[in-house]
Amino acid sequence: MNRLDKSSLPIFTFVFVLMSTVLLADEGDAIDSGATAWMLTSTALVLLMIPGLAMFYGGLVRTKNVLGTMMHSFSAMGIMSVLWVVCGYSMCFGKNVLGGWFGWDSQYLFLRGIDDTIMDAGVPEYVFSMFQGKFAIITPALIAGAFAERVTFKGYCIFIASWGLLVYNPLCHWVWASDGFLFNMGANGAIDFAGGTVVHISAGVSGLVAALYLGARRGYPDTAMHPSNLVMTMIGAGLLWVGWFGFNAGSSVASGLSTAQALTATQAAAASGALTWLIIEGWHQGKATALGFASGILAGLVAVTPAAGVVQPGGALVLGAVASTICYLAILLKNKIGYDDSLDAFGVHGIGGIVGAILLSFFIRTSWMEAAALATGGNWTVLDQLGIQVLAVGIAVVYSAVLTYILLLIVNKTIGLKSKANDEMSGLDSSYHGEHGYGMLNPS
Amino acid sequence: MKMIIAIINEEQLDAVREALIEAQITRITVGRVSGHGRQKDEEIYRGKKIVPNLLPKIRLEIAVNDEFVDITVNTIIKSAKSGSSGKIGDGKIFILPLEECIRIRTEERGGQAI
Repeated sequence: MNRLDKSSLPIFTFVFVLMSTVLLADEGDAIDSGATAWMLTSTALVLLMIPGLAMFYGGLVRTKNVLGTMMHSFSAMGIMSVLWVVCGYSMCFGKNVLGGWFGWDSQYLFLRGIDDTIMDAGVPEYVFSMFQGKFAIITPALIAGAFAERVTFKGYCIFIASWGLLVYNPLCHWVWASDGFLFNMGANGAIDFAGGTVVHISAGVSGLVAALYLGARRGYPDTAMHPSNLVMTMIGAGLLWVGWFGFNAGSSVASGLSTAQALTATQAAAASGALTWLIIEGWHQGKATALGFASGILAGLVAVTPAAGVVQPGGALVLGAVASTICYLAILLKNKIGYDDSLDAFGVHGIGGIVGAILLSFFIRTSWMEAAALATGGNWTVLDQLGIQVLAVGIAVVYSAVLTYILLLIVNKTIGLKSKANDEMSGLDSSYHGEHGYGMLNPS
Repeated sequence: MKMIIAIINEEQLDAVREALIEAQITRITVGRVSGHGRQKDEEIYRGKKIVPNLLPKIRLEIAVNDEFVDITVNTIIKSAKSGSSGKIGDGKIFILPLEECIRIRTEERGGQAI
């Protein structure tokens, strides 16, 4: 008995190996487990950016608004995720409808049709859909920085839901869907690797429009409005940097060379952005602030977002430094003009995104340009691509500005977006949530 | 000279500050304190109505010369009252005699140091 078992063991093992190879081969054709594993990780990393953003913004507002401000990010996780499953994915990645305004595919409603789809990249479509869904969450959450401390919670929720449907989804479709018109513009498409136009320019510009439409916070700019907790802001900025590896390197929808290129460019730009801000501020103001460093990280990351797939590390260093410089100047200019973009959503995301999307034209790696030239059948110069980039940026700016203005008008007139004076003075936390963020921390 | 100490609701702090500044009363110390009067303030916590035993309040300290006492007190009363008729928990104002006041920088004493 014993002997028999021992002698038959190799045979069983052989049969088992044979069977499992056959079984794995069935799936192995389609699933690239390396790419899938990285995309799952990236999805989680991008989700981590949203609590990161909540902490970043939450630490920057006054004590009475900290929870309300963090809820702007957190509620987006609820609202945008539900909308994404219901129809967002369909509107972004379905086929062109209404002249290509957005996409539509009834198979994508409630993600019904992708239950067992494996994409060409070897990644289950569920993973791709969830990864993309995280971008739809963070984009409206970014806008909240521009009108922090002065909007009603109900109005905000309705605003981001409609903004997601009518601004984000069409833009995402134009830039990233295979039949989107910006995706196919020029020789090899308008370059937006991970969301310079779709995420940062659209959010930044919409934020600016909202800040102008809603007006300044009570007391701005005469009263100092000190950040409630810069420690939390620094932790948030750190989480954003970490999460950005998923945001950019994950946008390769692969786990290979292009992933590594994007990751390296991301790190280079973030670091040079932070360092540049530190130096400029140290020279200009005499002291280098922690908040300045955090802002520099963001400026660099935002600028490299559209570019991560096409620039080399040297170019990324330049992008980060230039974006940081221009964002710094933009914030100085804001203070001169006096509009209240409270947490500089436009100053960093809008400006940084525009700088990155346009400037990247000068740092594209030669292999990409050769491929583009091959596609046109002739030659494709930096200036040709620059034209495409400027046009794509212009379209994103105009579209998001106009639509945002219309949405603001409707939401503010019907439900009410701007806080009442009393509610604003009492603070968002007490007025809309009935809670207090900090225990005995002094009021500010 | 008088020391005016007011205990008010924290939601009213900005309203009171704005009103005081408008009335030219610009020197003020603000602190967060907790305590309770006779009120039974109900709050919703995790979906349940609870009565907290120590409530967060704001304590204002304002040192004024005698002629400014009335305007200071009236301004606080008007701006700290919630609604037009006020609610339990709107707070209290205490007025104490103030023996001396010294500005550290100049070493001035008395009314002019306030």
